[in-house]
Amino acid sequence: MKILVCISKTPDTTAKIAFTDNNTKFNEAGVQFIINPYDEWYALVRALELKETIGADLHLITVGGADCDPIIRKALALGGDEAFRVNADSADSYYIASQIAAHAKDKQYDIIFTGKETIDYNGSGIGGMVAELLELPYVSIAAKFDLNGTVATVNREIEGGEEVCEVSLPVVVSCQKGMAEARIPNMRGIMAARTKPLTVVEPVAADALTAVVSFELPPAKAGVKLISPDNVEELVKLLHEEAKVI
Amino acid sequence: MSILIFADQAQGKIKKAALEAIQYGAKVAEQLGTTATALVLGPVDAAELTALGNYGAQKVLHAADARLHEVESIVYTKAIAEAAEKEGSKVIIFPHNFDGKAIAPRVSARLKAGLVAGAISYPDTSNGFVVKKNVFSGKAFANINITSEKKVIAIIPNTFPVAPGTATATVEAFSPAISDADFKVKVVRTETVSGDIPLTEAEIIVSGGRGMKGPENWGILEDLAKSLGAATASSRPVADAGWRPHHEHVGQTGLTVRPNLYIAVGISGAIQHLAGVNGSKVIVVINKDPEAPFFKAADYGIVGDAFEVVPKLTEAVKKLKS
Ligand SMILES: Cc1cc2nc3c(=O)[nH]c(=O)nc-3n(C[C@H](O)[C@H](O)[C@H](O)COP(=O)(O)OP(=O)(O)OC[C@H]3O[C@@H](n4cnc5c(N)ncnc54)[C@H](O)[C@@H]3O)c2cc1C
Ligand SMILES: Nc1ncnc2c1ncn2[C@@H]1O[C@H](COP(=O)(O)O)[C@@H](O)[C@H]1O
Repeated sequence: MKILVCISKTPDTTAKIAFTDNNTKFNEAGVQFIINPYDEWYALVRALELKETIGADLHLITVGGADCDPIIRKALALGGDEAFRVNADSADSYYIASQIAAHAKDKQYDIIFTGKETIDYNGSGIGGMVAELLELPYVSIAAKFDLNGTVATVNREIEGGEEVCEVSLPVVVSCQKGMAEARIPNMRGIMAARTKPLTVVEPVAADALTAVVSFELPPAKAGVKLISPDNVEELVKLLHEEAKVI
Repeated sequence: MSILIFADQAQGKIKKAALEAIQYGAKVAEQLGTTATALVLGPVDAAELTALGNYGAQKVLHAADARLHEVESIVYTKAIAEAAEKEGSKVIIFPHNFDGKAIAPRVSARLKAGLVAGAISYPDTSNGFVVKKNVFSGKAFANINITSEKKVIAIIPNTFPVAPGTATATVEAFSPAISDADFKVKVVRTETVSGDIPLTEAEIIVSGGRGMKGPENWGILEDLAKSLGAATASSRPVADAGWRPHHEHVGQTGLTVRPNLYIAVGISGAIQHLAGVNGSKVIVVINKDPEAPFFKAADYGIVGDAFEVVPKLTEAVKKLKS
């Protein structure tokens, strides 16, 4: 069994969102970076659980600059066997997916896990694109993944419920909450990660199909209108007549 | 070169988010001086199809093939790519719902069409083809230029309100070249939460946090939701503790919702919670702590005990509705 987990670097969930360079760049000053929570908590940990129960070669890949190395090392500390960093900086999903697909093409992975989306760009696109580029089946936004030999049973989220699907490996799956319980790396894992292979590869030629023009922050709220708890009729009236939402 | 809109159905009914996508696509078509074609895959009633004209589709391509009843991303992608080819479509619109998220990226890669997922604006074509989207889980927006010739836009549900007109659409049968072997992912069964309004489509949401103290107290929130025709949601610790089902958890690591009205009861308003709800048009916060951060993000607030305020609120809503 060979599993590839796609790891991306994102600002910590509490990071202050601000922009520089005329609102064209995310302001990284004072921001802590983490493994994208969906990649770490769900994709990676489910892969680790599979490795522990049935045995697997667990590869990690990230597309990004040297600033991603601490992130990928942490993923190795959690239990990945070998990591690859494609040395390229891009925010375009198609470009990133092309790099991942080029890496995976001749590696015969049985499972490729991604997170359901990155919490910074919210692209929710890489998994589906990688699947298409590799001509593999794809299950999106999965909350559960079980294996029975080479057949996977995967729960895919749909409006107001879940679909239980069956698919033969190889498959690409994007992971969300429910897949696994988050873990923290232990000292042994951190030590071991130092000597695990992290290979830096140069990107293949690929097109970027989108470009960020600028960022904006939402307009500030006007401020809360407080209503006395003894006068809830007033709130209902405001919602009906002023806000016109009920 | 018609604008192609993927209009998804569930159990033979076109989804609300798909109707929004059709109307959005019709607007884009008008903007670009062309027509809008809606694509429907799977068995759907004829009346349902002609009614899509009300939302601005001039034409509806319908593949009635019963095998298309359920979403299979490979098969759907093939069908959509074939329809785009047939219609000469350079712009394809999806709802950014669960089906859209499963298929739009595949279509994007197949057609080498740049993808903007989570769009919240019409394209600005004054300098390129720029679409605004949510980033940082709703804490900011990015203007993205799609530089490829073909383009895929997936719009966030409940962002472009529909205003149906009275036109009818021409319905054309469509038989995409798909084979049984293309169906790799098979749906064994569907576990839907019956009777509930899907959170991502809900116009009003009543949400509870740890301040509700325990699952046994959810009755008062359900009563309020019922009086408003609302869906119920929760903060993450509530779902983690098993008080409420996981699919109700909203926030950075849960669902992103954009209702017209979000009523937060006993939720402190942590930044990760706000990330999933701050696109709501109006936010009401009920919390006994006047210092709760949620008040800063709210439009209306009541500082008070949920167990006293919520039942009173339900009565007041019922009075208004009667
Ligand atoms: C990486 C990461 C991701 C996260 N993702 C999410 C996410 O997606 N969604 C999410 O919700 N959280 C998320 N969290 C957790 C988040 O940080 C908060 O811990 C969580 O939102 C708090 O939930 P709460 O408001 O229900 O509980 P608390 O913070 O415990 O707040 C309870 C509130 O209820 C009020 N209260 C108590 N009793 C009453 C009463 N009788 N009447 C009225 N009010 C009362 C209190 O004043 C308090 O404000 C995430 C955290 C991390 C680190
Ligand atoms: N630069 C990257 N390198 C490796 N994997 C990535 C990268 N960006 C995104 N991914 C993976 O794709 C998933 C979805 O990302 P996105 O489509 O950008 O929202 C993430 O959760 C990651 O698993």
